[in-house]
Formats: sequence, C-alpha cells, structure tokens
Amino acid sequence: MMDAGLPLLEVTDLATHFHTQRGLLRAVDGVSFSVRRGQTLGIVGESGSGKSALARTIIRILSKRHTTTTGRITFEGRDLLTVSEPDMRDIRGRDIAMVFQDPTSSLNPVKQVGVQIEEVLARHLGLRGRAAQTRAIELLTSVGMPLPQERLHQYPHQLSGGMRQRVAIAIALACEPKLLIADEPTTALDVTIQAQILDLLHRRQKAHHMAMILISHDLGVVAGYTDTVAVMYAGQIVEQASTRSLFRNCRMPYTAALMRSAPNLSDPPHTRLRAITGRPPDMVLPPPGCRFEPRCDDATDICRNRRPALSASDADGTHRYACWHPVASPGASA
Amino acid sequence: MSPAELLVVDDLSVTYALPRGRQLIAVANVSFTVHKGETLGLVGESGCGKSTISRAIMQLPPPTGGAVVFEGRNLAHLDTAALRRARTRLHMIFQDPISSLNPHRKVRDIVAEPLAIAGMGDAEDRKRRVRAALENVGLDPDQVMDRRPHEFSGGQCQRIAIARALVTEPQLVICDEPVSALDVSVRAQILNFLEDMKAHYHLTLLFISHDLAVVKNISDRVAVMYLGRLCELAPSARLYEAPLHPYTAALMAAIPVMDPDRCRSPSHLLAGELPSPMNPPSGCRFRTRCPRATPHCAAHEPEWRETEAGHFVACHFPLVAPQGATISPARQP
Amino acid sequence: MNALADDPGHETASPVGATIPMRVRDRLGLRFWLPAAWITMVVVLAATASLLPLPSPIETDFTALSNWPDRAHWFGTDQLGRDILSRAIFGARISLTVGLLAPALGLGIGMLLGMTAGYFRGRVEIVIGAAMDAVMAFPGILVVLAVTAYVGASVPLLVILLGVLTVPTFMRVARANTLVFAQHDFVLAARAMGATHWRVLSLELLPNVMIPILIYALLVVSRIIVVEGVLSFLGLSLPAPWPTWGNMIADGQVELATLPYIPFIPAALMFLTVLSINLIGERLRARTDLRGSVL
Repeated sequence: MMDAGLPLLEVTDLATHFHTQRGLLRAVDGVSFSVRRGQTLGIVGESGSGKSALARTIIRILSKRHTTTTGRITFEGRDLLTVSEPDMRDIRGRDIAMVFQDPTSSLNPVKQVGVQIEEVLARHLGLRGRAAQTRAIELLTSVGMPLPQERLHQYPHQLSGGMRQRVAIAIALACEPKLLIADEPTTALDVTIQAQILDLLHRRQKAHHMAMILISHDLGVVAGYTDTVAVMYAGQIVEQASTRSLFRNCRMPYTAALMRSAPNLSDPPHTRLRAITGRPPDMVLPPPGCRFEPRCDDATDICRNRRPALSASDADGTHRYACWHPVASPGASA
Repeated sequence: MSPAELLVVDDLSVTYALPRGRQLIAVANVSFTVHKGETLGLVGESGCGKSTISRAIMQLPPPTGGAVVFEGRNLAHLDTAALRRARTRLHMIFQDPISSLNPHRKVRDIVAEPLAIAGMGDAEDRKRRVRAALENVGLDPDQVMDRRPHEFSGGQCQRIAIARALVTEPQLVICDEPVSALDVSVRAQILNFLEDMKAHYHLTLLFISHDLAVVKNISDRVAVMYLGRLCELAPSARLYEAPLHPYTAALMAAIPVMDPDRCRSPSHLLAGELPSPMNPPSGCRFRTRCPRATPHCAAHEPEWRETEAGHFVACHFPLVAPQGATISPARQP
Repeated sequence: MNALADDPGHETASPVGATIPMRVRDRLGLRFWLPAAWITMVVVLAATASLLPLPSPIETDFTALSNWPDRAHWFGTDQLGRDILSRAIFGARISLTVGLLAPALGLGIGMLLGMTAGYFRGRVEIVIGAAMDAVMAFPGILVVLAVTAYVGASVPLLVILLGVLTVPTFMRVARANTLVFAQHDFVLAARAMGATHWRVLSLELLPNVMIPILIYALLVVSRIIVVEGVLSFLGLSLPAPWPTWGNMIADGQVELATLPYIPFIPAALMFLTVLSINLIGERLRARTDLRGSVL
C-alpha cells in the first residue's frame, strides 16, 4: 500500500498564527507530518483545533495580512512557503486540490456546472471546446453523477447537496492532482449521502494513486478510509499512528476520551456517555503545559508545567503521542 | 385514551401550497403516541419532515390534517388563552443554541420569558424560578443572569435554552436536533445532561435527530421517517437488533463506525438521492432507492402494520432478520 | 439545590473574561470621538444660540459691512454687516432640525411598515411594498421644489416632505433586517412559548432591527442636511433674512472672488458636520458587523 522513497508532502514544525484584536491566536502550533503517494492521512479534531487552518496554510489561501506562518511545507521537494504566488496558483488546482465542507459556497452560483469544470481544464491543462466538454462529462461520470450531459448546463442551486459535493469533487479531480485535501467533505450531508461520498473519494484516490488528507471531526469517518491518522487538539498533533494502531491501541487520553464520548450502536439504550469535562482552551492564552491538562482526568503537576513532546511509543516508531501519562493498554476499542 | 398517553399524533398531515396550484406534502398521515415518562426518538434524513412534525405539534403552524392530542385535548380546538396555558406544559429545544437565543436580551429575561408570557407568578417568584432553573442546568445564576448569549459557548447556550424550556416545569419537551450543532466532546455532556433533566423534572421527551447512534442511546422507542412518512417504529433495542424496513437497515449501515477493520462493501451503501417531495414516487416512497423493490411496490402503498407487539413497519417485503444476524439490505426474502 | 453538582461532564461558566473569548473590548478610537465631539459642539451651540452672547443674526451693522474676520467678528460680517458666526450658529438650527426630524419621521413610519411587512409577509407585504414603490416613483426633489415653491417653505413642511421621501428606504432596510432575524430560532421559540405577534415584534425583533436601522439613519441625516442646503441655496427653504447654511452660501457666492470667506465658512461647517456624521456611522457599522460575525 505504501510507496518507498520520499514523501509527497512533508510538513515540518509548521505554525500559523492569526493576528486578532485580543492578541496572537496560535491556530496551528508546531505541526509535523508527511504524506506519501497513494496514502490517506486522516486529521481529526474538534472545531477550533486548527485542522482547517492547517489545510488552508498548506494551499496558502489565508490572508497574508492577518497571519504569520513559520516552518516548512515541502511538496515534491519545493518549499511551498517560499514559492512565488504565480507558481503557487499553478500548483493549486493542478497538483494540490481541495474539497471544502460546504459545496454551496465553493461553487459559483451564477455559472453553469459545465462552465466551472471547463474553466479549470482550460486554466491548468489548456483544454478547450469539444475536448474540454468531453472531459467534463467523463469527470462527472467518474464521480457517479447521473445524466452527466444534462448536468453540464445546470446551475449549482438546481442540484442537491450531495450532487453539489460531487461536482466540487469532479472539479478538484479535473487535473488529476497528486494531493487532494478534503476538509470535512461530508459534514453538511446526510448519513446515506455521506457514505456515498466517502466511498467515492476512497475509490478515486485508489484509482489515481493519489495522496489524500481527509479532515474530519468524526473518528468514525476517519476509521474506515485512512491509512494513518493524526489527532489534533488546540493547534497541535497530540497523537499520530497508523489507523489500526490508533483505534486498537490509543495512548493519548484525549484520543481515548474522544472515542469513549461518542454514543455506540452496540450499547443498550440509556447507557451513560463518558463525556469530556470542560471545553477546548482559549488559543490566545493556551495552558503552559499540556494543552489537554485542564480537561484530563490523569493530569498531575508535570502536565501543568511542562509541555509533553510528540514521541514514539513502540519499537516500530510509527505510533507517536504527546503525553506524560499515556493510557497504558488498549484504551478503547469500538 | 389511557392516562399514560401524553401526546397522541393521529393521522397528521402538513401540506404547503405552492405557486401555480401545486402542493408540497411535507408530512403525510403520520400517527404515533408518546407515553408519559418515555423518550420517543424520531429519525430521518434532512427533508424527511421530522422538523415539520415538531412544528405541527407546537401548532406553528397547525397541521393541515389530522389531530395533535396533548394531555387529552386536541390542541387545534383550544382557544388562544387555553393554548397559551398548554404551551407552559409543552416546550421545545432547537438545533442551533446560538440562533435560538435573542442576542440582545439578557439571560435573566430570556429564561424568564415563558413565565412572563404565561403571566405566572410575581416578579419575586419569577426571579426565584429563573435562578433555580439556571442552577439546575449547572450555571451560576449570579454570574450569568446579566450576560448576553454571545458571551457563552455553544454548549452553555444550549444549557440556557434548556433552562428556558424547563422554567415552567413542562410535561413534554420536544428536542429538535439539540446536539447536532455541538462539538463531539460537548455533545456527550449535553446528552447526559438531558437524561439528568428528564429524571429530575420527570419529563417526557420527543427527541428528533438525524443521528441514529445518538437516538438509540437516548430513546426508549424509535420512529424512522422517510420523505414525509413513517417507515418503522419499534422499541429502541429491538429496532437496532432486527430492523424490518430496508431503509432503517440502510441508515444503520451508513453510520461511520470507529473500527478500521469493518468491511465496507459498496452493497452497504444506499444508492441514489432523496426524491423531490413535490413529486414523490408512487406506491412506497422508498422504492426508488430500495434494493428489494418490485413492481408491486410502485403500484401499492405499503400499509402501516404491527408485526409483533410494539413493532410497526410500512413495507411490502420487510427484512426477516433472525436474532443476532448482521444487517444486510441485500438479503432476499 | 444543584442537581448536577457531581456531574463529571459539567461545563461551568467561568467569571474570568479569558475563558469567554467573545468579550472583546474594542475601542471606538479617535475616528469616532473626534467627529462625535464636533457634532456635540454644533448641537449644543445651535440649541443654546439665543442664550449665547452673540449679536443678532438678522440685524445689520452698517459700520461693519463685509468685514474680514477680526476680533469683534470672529468669522467676519457679510455684505449687509451681519455677524457670520451668529448667522452660522442660528443657521445650524435649521439644518439640524430638518436634518434630524425628517429622518426621524421617515424612520418611525418606515420601520413600522417594514417590520410589519417582513414579519407577516403575504398580502400585507405586497400592499406595503406597492405603496412604497409608488412613493419612490415620485421624482422626490421635484415634488419638494414644486410644493415649497407653491405653498412657501416652513420648517414643519420641509420635515414632512423630506421625511416622507425617506420612508421607502427605511422600510426596505427594516424589512430586510426583519426577514433575516425572523429566520432565527429565537422567534420560533417565542412563538412556541405562546408569545403574541406584538410581543415578538417589540421584544424579540425590534432590538435586533433597531441597530442596523439607526446606523443607516445617520447616513440619511447627513444626506438630508445636504438636501436642505441645496434647497435653501435655491431659495426654496426658509425665506431671508433667517439664515440657513444653504442660503448663506447662496448669498456669499455673489462675491466669491473678493470675499471668499462669506460662502466658505458655512460651506466648511456643513462639510465638517456631514463628514462627521458619516464617520460616526461608518465606525458604528464596522463595530456591529464585528459583533455580527461573532454571533
């Protein structure tokens, strides 16, 4: 499943700080990870954990005036943070594509679906006219759109939410990108449609041997469709492992708590949920030690004062977590 | 009507008139009963009419057909004053806690509003009730009473909304997707908390959600809706053990599970999209997406029947799932 | 009392601002306070004009015709020897009275109609909308010109005429905001609790609609002050010898080349006043938008 050789995308010590009226908001604070071709990385976190800011930093669509970004984002050997804006525009859409949570706002409401796909084809591949139209129909067919030919002339508002997300995916895949970033692609959709879209993304990713970053707040979504998972909390990665290892043998109390707090179909009705107390910290004034410490049941003095580093847990070194008192044995299994 | 039946929804229909004489049937011939002290879950995807039902029960607007009988009285037959009195015993909690609180009013006024509308108690009495309600939802009255909603997080706003719903000590609370807008870690807090409130105030809940896992956890019985009609109604544990309607099974199969090894064959996936409610399929409304559909399903609308005590289904070819078997909509009868 | 004291999943409200990130102290800044100070000064001077030790604005002093500003007459005198400072302050009365009362009238009627239309929708909205379209179809300024020329101008007439002309835009702003806020669940929640339409409109919707409409009203005030200026410049506002900023500019323009200060002073006052009102409105809007995004 995994390629040998260099990773496609390597993010090193990345930090994104927003300048707000209250001070510096550390949305992403020292994040490192890598993604190989053909591999899917899941990023899980609650709202405000910095997962969307991270995605937007990678494709550089955050306003320069209000953010400071440090660290390195190496994509095919180039540092995306130093690439010129015109070069970045070529990379965006052609090499790295993104699918957003809300297809209503990512599609242009006054342009026909076909026109929007053909624009991307013209911009990055120089395809025009007949050829572009044929390719657009192919793309719509590949994302499972019924009656693709008729859809070309429809406007986004004439489609359902699921159909719109399919169009957004068709646009993202138009240039066969090497990396697809899907930021909560199914959060706005119904469960049955969510399953269809996740399945579609999974199949396209396998077919094109593409790398994918799947961002979600839902551990269940990530479980079925990723090779590795990074759990983010308060701007940092707190646990990172192969998907199987994470779900079978999670070490970070936050990951364990997140798994426990969701209602489980196999439990009888009225099973009391094991909720996490409190709420995520204020990112302008984060706790000095471990950021999960105020909500953690196992916290001690060292957690309050010193920030734990992300360190390898096992012999193979792929399961890493940031915690002074890791959960001992298999924490939770679904 | 037995004393245990707190709310009876009988043959409820909601129709909207559209331009050019067309009609949108949002809810068609839905009947169910909520017993005193139980939690009835109502599940379905967006557009299935579950929120329309909650509004029709609240008479906002009243249903176009059928009856809503609360505590033995048909709400549509009550005059304004009697309906206002009934509303103190029947409350609602909404999906978006921030949108359901007026940003320009103080928490003390927001929570006191049901008392003010009903004209219950004097100023002193109201203040005492508001303080008690806020304390019961776990907020310190002295700290929160003079603040406005935007100073609170989503979870705290939902607690304020719950305090408002409970201040008149109602019998029935309709929860319309109360945790869908909340973060995973806060969701569990509010769900536990609703169970606590239910015990503390001896409440009956009608819990509406698109999330089957959440509904199973909180409900005693669950009703499943599709495109304005009920598909299936059963005791919670029974429904999840042995769903009879193919739609229920498909909904369950689509829930993401925290298990990387679970097989995800495309046969589990429900194909297609929700048909337009303006032009619903003939016969069984689910037939366009149903793996078991036959020409019979297109011609005849399935009857709502009881297959075993308390288990209702509307399907021509229900799944016959033996005990302990896994759910598969692909199995043929 | 507290049923949940031992609930582990208990999210407590903290008294410190740090854990409630929404509470941001956003200073209004000099861009607000400087214009606000100017407006306050103009209003106070205009209101207390008759108590101030000023020479009469209409009496002519033949010993001081067309005096440039000096110690006796800070802003100088005009061609008829009238004190320009005094005339400017008394003139502010007219400009401000018309400029404030006309929008107030328009706001009152417009908000009532707009909120009614936006809340009840249906036929009510169609009727109100049609009436407003009819008012808007009138060529406003021409109507004012015709009526004042025919009946003769007075402050109440100007207030009513200009006020009615602002009703449709106020109605639209009120309706648009009512439509937005009526979508919020708190309106449905109030209805579900049994609140009357009147209670929903006055307690739930009015406070939310009021803020955007007041900010919009500031822009209308500045526009009406200019319109009143134009009318008096054309001699269609209050008749001479009573000063308004507009007719002061009109009187002064004859000798613009030799006595530029005569029209310049009222023009500058009007400019500063209108600019100040616009700056205040802009600042307030930016501030409420910020809060809107937090909501």
